[in-house]
Amino acid sequence: MTPDELTQPADNLLDVERTFSERLAYIGRFFWRDKSGIIGLVMFFLVVFAAVFSPAISPYNPLKQNLRDSKMLPAWTAEGSWDHPFGTDNLGRDIFSRVIYGARVSLTVGFFGVLIAGTLGMVLGAIAGYAGGRIDSVIMGVINLVLSLPYLLFVVFIAAILGRSLINVILIFGITDSPVFARVTRGEVLRIRESGYVESAISAGARWPRIVFDHIIPNLIGPLITLATFEMSAMIFYEAGLGFLGLSVPPTVPSWGNMLAAGRKYLTSYPWIATFPGLAIMFTSMGMNLLGDWLRDVLDPRLRRSRK
Amino acid sequence: MQRYFISKLGQSVLLLFGVLLLVFVMVRITGDPAALMMPREASPEDVEAFREAMGFNRPLPLQFVDFLSGAIVGDFGNSLHFKTPAMPMVLARLPATVQLAGVGLLMAIVVGIPLGLVGGFTPGSLVDSVGRGLALLGQSIPNFWLALIMILFFAVRLGWFPSFGRDYWNSVIMPAFVLGLPTMGQIVRLTRSAVLEIRGEDFIRTANSKGLEPGTIYTKHVLRNVAIPLVSVIGVQFGYMLGGSIYIETIFAWPGIGQLLEQSIGWRDFPLVQAIAIFTSLVVLAINLFTDVAYAVIDPRIRYDT
Repeated sequence: MTPDELTQPADNLLDVERTFSERLAYIGRFFWRDKSGIIGLVMFFLVVFAAVFSPAISPYNPLKQNLRDSKMLPAWTAEGSWDHPFGTDNLGRDIFSRVIYGARVSLTVGFFGVLIAGTLGMVLGAIAGYAGGRIDSVIMGVINLVLSLPYLLFVVFIAAILGRSLINVILIFGITDSPVFARVTRGEVLRIRESGYVESAISAGARWPRIVFDHIIPNLIGPLITLATFEMSAMIFYEAGLGFLGLSVPPTVPSWGNMLAAGRKYLTSYPWIATFPGLAIMFTSMGMNLLGDWLRDVLDPRLRRSRK
Repeated sequence: MQRYFISKLGQSVLLLFGVLLLVFVMVRITGDPAALMMPREASPEDVEAFREAMGFNRPLPLQFVDFLSGAIVGDFGNSLHFKTPAMPMVLARLPATVQLAGVGLLMAIVVGIPLGLVGGFTPGSLVDSVGRGLALLGQSIPNFWLALIMILFFAVRLGWFPSFGRDYWNSVIMPAFVLGLPTMGQIVRLTRSAVLEIRGEDFIRTANSKGLEPGTIYTKHVLRNVAIPLVSVIGVQFGYMLGGSIYIETIFAWPGIGQLLEQSIGWRDFPLVQAIAIFTSLVVLAINLFTDVAYAVIDPRIRYDT
């Protein structure tokens, strides 16, 4: 804890009744002090930018083959040229353009996967936590079953059965990852339900809609946003892994996993084909992990004070 | 303690039943497992004969009873590719996978715990930065890509390690490192935050103020409390490594269960895939059970709580 933080009024540490702009300013201060959050956010926005504006910023059509210019080296090597900054692959496709388009697949899978998993998990977890009793034990039984399985193995198993398509991949991740969200939601709901302020709201005569919308949901948002960041990063990872095994989107789609799988055959003679998609995955994942760590510190007031 | 153990054992058996049900449903999720398992160019008559032979045309509950009774005696059907029982083939691959995961876990522990301890005692120091950087890398590098880069660099360029197989004493080093890196990062993070948290506890202040030697405080009070969360994470990570070695075994041609899984998916040999899924789940459940028990032995609060 820095000295100036110690001299802040207690309200700032306890998050009591502040206006929206004050809250924003507080988050801004945190943002500024811990630079890793900014770095993570910038990295993440770069990837989002690449995905949204792929057609505008990629110099070539990612599917266009040009066998005459195949296996060109990256631009900074002696034989490379800035026509193809990252070189070309075995079929003469521009690797830079393909990496940019690959962001689309990864972010689509990550975003919709987390959306499905989050919605499903939140509903299940909230029901389990709020209802308790037998409903709770049945839902938690299923959740514990899924969470105790070797995750990767089952994802590979299901993907092999269902076949290659974007929708299948999104559904697989959306469904298999929902227990993680459900468990966190349930834990938070239980904690909040038992808390003093909910008890006093009930004794003051508040009915359940007020308790749910005024007390439970605002307290759930922080942990769930943090979790969503980490889970989205994990899904991007797993999608690339499935692609590497030839189990994700169809082989014609330029995705980072598919590019890695194709580049693997040329690893020893043309290593750059597999290098750039791997770097792209690492860049995305690192940005999201930095962002997630930072969000966790900012959104969870209990951790703020122990931040070193 | 005995009651705790029995209740945990009961849970594991229930989970195992859940795994069997899940695998049974998953194979039939497309509605026609025969079409799934036969080659695409197979004639309708062949598919029909296969459906008959595998019993896929019988009522589902009957199929499940057969599946369960087979599972109890360890019979998971024949591999379609090898025409021999599937389970013994999986078992034959077990030693290689255990060796890989074991060496990987050992590397993660040997590097991760000291880095985490030093980082926790001296936050902001050089060692701490190295540890945190390693943790971030372990989280962010895709292991299938790191494996390719390491082969390129250490096997092809430098020739320090063999690039594939399990024939030499140093074959295991590269795949085990790649497999263990995420775990290493996680151990660093966990150890570091546990040390930081425990150092702020009241009992450490008491120990300090009554004049205990710093060395005694570290070994007796800090390390013992750091060990508790570590045991559970190490157990979970070992299970994760056993079930998650598919990329690494494929890339390094390591003859373990992960490589067999990748091959059997290529052959569309679903009885074999099914046997792998069930067996690996069984191993992971057993490790989880062992971890729970070890946890209760170290920390009495757990076993009195339930």
